[in-house]
Amino acid sequence: MLTYIAKRVIYTLPIMLGVTIVCFLLVHLAPGDPLVSVLPPDASEQLRQQMMALYGFDRPYAEQFIKWLGRALGGDLGTSIRTNRPVVAEVSKAVSNTLMLAALATVIGFVLGGLFGFVAGSFRDTWIDKVASAISVAGVSVPHYWLGMVLVIIFSAQLGWLPPTGAGPGGSDNWVWDWAHIRHMILPAVTMSVIPMGIIARTVRALVAEILSQEFIAGLKAKGTSSFGIFKHIVKNAAPTALAVMGIQLGYLLGGSILIETVFSWPGTGLLLSDAIFQRDLPLLQGTILVLACFFVVLNLMVDVVQTAIDPRIARS
Amino acid sequence: MVQAVAPAMIDDTSIERSPGYWSTVWRRFRRDPVAMIALGVILLLILIAILAPYITPHDPYRGATLRRLRPPGTPGHWLGTDELGRDMLSRLIYGARLSLFMGVTPVFFALFIGSAIGITAGYVGGWVNTILMRTIDIIFAFPSVLLAIALSGAMGAGIVNGLISLTIVFIPPIARIAESVTTSVRNLDYVEAARASGAGGLSIVRKHVLGNVLGPIFVYGMSLIAVSMILASGLSFLGLGVRPPEPEWGLMLNTLRTALYTQPMLCALPGIMIFITSISFNLLTDGLRSAMDIKA
Repeated sequence: MLTYIAKRVIYTLPIMLGVTIVCFLLVHLAPGDPLVSVLPPDASEQLRQQMMALYGFDRPYAEQFIKWLGRALGGDLGTSIRTNRPVVAEVSKAVSNTLMLAALATVIGFVLGGLFGFVAGSFRDTWIDKVASAISVAGVSVPHYWLGMVLVIIFSAQLGWLPPTGAGPGGSDNWVWDWAHIRHMILPAVTMSVIPMGIIARTVRALVAEILSQEFIAGLKAKGTSSFGIFKHIVKNAAPTALAVMGIQLGYLLGGSILIETVFSWPGTGLLLSDAIFQRDLPLLQGTILVLACFFVVLNLMVDVVQTAIDPRIARS
Repeated sequence: MVQAVAPAMIDDTSIERSPGYWSTVWRRFRRDPVAMIALGVILLLILIAILAPYITPHDPYRGATLRRLRPPGTPGHWLGTDELGRDMLSRLIYGARLSLFMGVTPVFFALFIGSAIGITAGYVGGWVNTILMRTIDIIFAFPSVLLAIALSGAMGAGIVNGLISLTIVFIPPIARIAESVTTSVRNLDYVEAARASGAGGLSIVRKHVLGNVLGPIFVYGMSLIAVSMILASGLSFLGLGVRPPEPEWGLMLNTLRTALYTQPMLCALPGIMIFITSISFNLLTDGLRSAMDIKA
């Protein structure tokens, strides 16, 4: 087990390095030179050279990268051009907001998806299966940013039950777990939960159907095991895969929150990213993507390790 | 006497053929009503996209300040008018062109590039495999939505940049499938036999490897189209893909957000089109998967 974890961590290191290289190069993908958002269009050549030297853009790429990586490892991701605040401060505040939303969405998605998937898999090829499967296909097919708008139309514009945008009276700086704040989370979280719901439902349905077709289930039935006893066996066998899918979905939600956060103006990483893109705040763009991508890599690692801990057969294969 | 017949003289058509793989798949697929309906919807959408100039009642670009934001059901504008007074029905019809194009093209390119990378890595093996597949792993280490948005955000808005970023996002999973199938096929006895009888690398890939890789890749690519439709429209929705005044469903959804409170039905229309397209591709893929007996 420990050797497996060690191997898995060592395997992750070069990927991490690659991820940082991609994040670094993103800035150089931008059309024009990286100073385009800092300098006025009529800046003199001399000023331009000075700024290039100040930001280190006049050095070779490799040197720039190593310096940047060194600073990033020390927790310095540079300064946001737009707000003049450290990128780390901007990102960490946004990450906690997105994490809150994504975690709630994952829980909703997992509970509903698990339920639909279990019911569909247990009653395979009946109308119950068809209805549950239809819901899960709809979940993976719906453009979630549109669903968000529809929910705003129904619950904010028409019924007036829930607020359409924002993060409550305290904003993102003074978040409190009270109704005034939580009600702002409901619509974005429900919108976000639709994708993991669909994916988990499809996974669980396939898992349950496969487990039910195995011989030990027939054996248990022949032995006279109660249906609750059989249910426990199904859950035990399906749980590792289902949990792994859930973990990875959480990562996708963290990285893919931009569309939903735009619809609901939720002050998370997605909104930060879209600000960084449209105001051409390259250090902020680079930093946000680096943090999110590293989160995703580490999360994948954790999912693998936890899955192996639950089901040791994986480490052996 | 048999030995006297030269191989070239054997006439293929005289041999009784068992039904081929694809005709068996099609026969099974035809029996799946849901998948058939999905296929019909997709064909209809493609037809609408092709015939757009002949079936639109109005010019999708021409607006009128006096006719802005009419609700669906307005005489002359059956689906209403948008925030600039342009006919919604015409824009939705024209939107099928760009939206389908933006959704399907990246998958198409990614299929080509991804299979080429995967087959090369799988067939050549060794350090070529290591370099190619580890690079793929790095791209795969990013959440797909994040990578697509980061790439097109860094490169700037526009159709071409949107297509490039989506293609890059879809290459890794395709390359992985192609690589694993190729690796498993490469060492099979009949490929070994082909190599022993003097077949070159290219002809082995063309005859034996491609035949095994194409099926799974094709089905996987189909399932990606649904994702790609949502992502491509999402990029335009954010202001990164297609730019105004082009009619594209995601972009229309974005510009109509201003009318969320005044004309909710109107705002919902472009999203319904994206939803219908993406669910049809998903159902089509499901049907294809069970007809080809491929597990997800």
